[in-house]
Amino acid sequence: MDLDFTTEDDAFRAEARDWLAAHVPARPLPSLETSEGFAAHRAWERTLSTGRWSAVSWPVEQGGRGASILHWLIFEEEYYAAGAPGRVSQNGINLLAPTLFEHGSPEQRARILPAMASGEVIWAQAWSEPESGSDLASLRSTAVRVAGGWLLNGQKAWSSRAAFADRAFGLFRSDPGADRPHRGLTYLMFPLDAKGVTVRPVGRLDGKPAFAELFLDDVFVPDEDVIGEPGRGWQVAMSTAGNERGLTLRSPGRFTAAAEKLTALWRDEADPADTALRDRVADAVIRSRAYRLFTYANASRIAAGASIGAESSLNKVFWSELDISLHETALDLLGPRGELSDEAGEAPADGSWADGYTFSLAGPIYAGTNEIQRDIIAERLLGLPKGRRS
Amino acid sequence: MKFLLDDEQAEFGRTLDRMLTAADTPAAVRAWGDGDTGRGRALWARIAEAGVFALAVPEAQDGMGLLPVELAVSFVELGRHAVPGPLVESVAAGVLLGGLAERGDTAAADAWLPRIASGQAMVSLALAEGGPYALDADAADVTFVVTGADAPGTAELRTTAGHGPVQPSLDPARRLARPLPGTGATLAISPAVEAAATAAADWAAFATAAQTLGVGLALVERTVAYAKQRTQFSTTIGAFQAVKHRLADALIGLEFARPLVHGAAVALSGKSADAGAEIAAAKVAAGEAAYAAARTALQLHGAIGYTAEYDLSLWIRKARALRSAWGTPSACRARVLAGPVAPSPGVSPATGPAQVP
Repeated sequence: MDLDFTTEDDAFRAEARDWLAAHVPARPLPSLETSEGFAAHRAWERTLSTGRWSAVSWPVEQGGRGASILHWLIFEEEYYAAGAPGRVSQNGINLLAPTLFEHGSPEQRARILPAMASGEVIWAQAWSEPESGSDLASLRSTAVRVAGGWLLNGQKAWSSRAAFADRAFGLFRSDPGADRPHRGLTYLMFPLDAKGVTVRPVGRLDGKPAFAELFLDDVFVPDEDVIGEPGRGWQVAMSTAGNERGLTLRSPGRFTAAAEKLTALWRDEADPADTALRDRVADAVIRSRAYRLFTYANASRIAAGASIGAESSLNKVFWSELDISLHETALDLLGPRGELSDEAGEAPADGSWADGYTFSLAGPIYAGTNEIQRDIIAERLLGLPKGRRS
Repeated sequence: MKFLLDDEQAEFGRTLDRMLTAADTPAAVRAWGDGDTGRGRALWARIAEAGVFALAVPEAQDGMGLLPVELAVSFVELGRHAVPGPLVESVAAGVLLGGLAERGDTAAADAWLPRIASGQAMVSLALAEGGPYALDADAADVTFVVTGADAPGTAELRTTAGHGPVQPSLDPARRLARPLPGTGATLAISPAVEAAATAAADWAAFATAAQTLGVGLALVERTVAYAKQRTQFSTTIGAFQAVKHRLADALIGLEFARPLVHGAAVALSGKSADAGAEIAAAKVAAGEAAYAAARTALQLHGAIGYTAEYDLSLWIRKARALRSAWGTPSACRARVLAGPVAPSPGVSPATGPAQVP
């Protein structure tokens, strides 16, 4: 058991660090949940891909570096330590791309991945529906077979990034007569500017259009945009869901960097006699450290040939709660200035604590609510009996 | 980088688990609490035979050298089985005497370490970092104390000739007594004593963190087993979401304390200068997680868990006692923030947002 890095690891880290030092914008970009910010973040994706840093774990043919999971973790640590911008391509790179690698055709990979890596095409996730959130198997939007493709109808809700994105991916019911709710689903991709698609941006808690409702009225999707076998979309989607909850969505580098920033803030701003606040800062440091080491342990298991299953639910509950407590503690440390929104000119740290706080509040809700994750932990890791959820 | 127990280390834990399961440890714990140490001593001998006490004793004194990962593995199992006795103190005493030997003072090490490693000597230890009491001084063959560390270079390692009355602990299996001052033999007076005692306190906190993790794991394991068989409102209580979620949270706490315990072990293996902060982080996380597991275990067992005769009480009480042993949560949190805690390898804590002209 060791945490030693090889000279090759160190060289990779140094290369990433040097590149980031030379390219990370000096000033934070505007929020990516605004039109202006979205464009700026898209440009940043282009810059990243020019250095082949936008998808380091992808094969070289698709614009990546074929990096191991450990090198991916190293890159993420350097990325967040450098204060680099949020990733507007995250839905595509972390959720759709792994699905394409596992279930897509070579043609799909060749067509879709390079444009994703360069930020030319930004992807939105279109899974949830008004009556179907964590209970994804209950979704009702339909895909009906027509010559050369499918016609989509229905409504999708809470589609992240859809207010400004180019294309979306999601699940549709293609066989309403299937005997089980999670059978008869098909995984499809469609352009957000296609005929029949209406995008209605929905303001999140702070009013920014971070997601959107999609209304689909006879939207034609050609066969080439079906991922995996028609009718087997559930199996295809579940491999993506594991990614969303597990290692890729929230890399430890993010929390390590935030805990270091929080510690610096505490040293600068806090009353040393306030031990209650001190303890909360210490807990944020301890938990970010725990998250990092937990991830290293999982990476080691993966490198040794194991796969991560229900354990990703432990991860999801932990990081989402850690994210909130990190930001809550920062806002409390800032006192009355903690109230300033990220749009306030005098907001501390260019509003990053305030914006991060708002974003963190969604963590326990998305990617499968934490209640669903706790059910998975209890049933699959602890072996408790299933409840009424089917 | 391979942050994973190897097969041998994992098998070592399983072997201890099998041995302790077969040994009817709860009976030994109860007898120990009543002052009858016979069963506990027999168990001690078997733990020594498995090699546990040799894991922090130098090879020159019949030990295996300092093996913190194996020590963590074994103390998790000792906690899971609620093994009584000054386990942490014997290991820490080994580190203290080994530290003196390393600094050239081998007399006390040669006299005591082979006996500690073999399990012949059950040792208690009182250091300023651990509070005023020595654990199980009434059962131990010897109690070491370090005194006079107020001025640099004056620290003195002594044995005690006796102890005050046993002060009952919240955990009846932990018997606390004040060492008698000014008695016993002086083993060493030198600047080395202070450094060795500091290292010993770190190892005590580290072993306690691992033991605490094991206590928490046992609480969850036992409660899961109970929730699967206990029926209320015509259904197994483990099918209720409120029950599931409490147990899931307990498991999350423990599963994220585990890598911190292993991380502290790695830091000690590398003799990292910052091992203290990593140990403190592990101690806080394991203590909070095990205590939360104890609260969950009690709540989900209901009244049966609140009885002394049901074995669950052995772990519930230990979880609270270990929380403050060898480092209170507050002291540990302060230590975490005192130094540069665990910066990413190769990442300087000073690294901030890169500036572009």
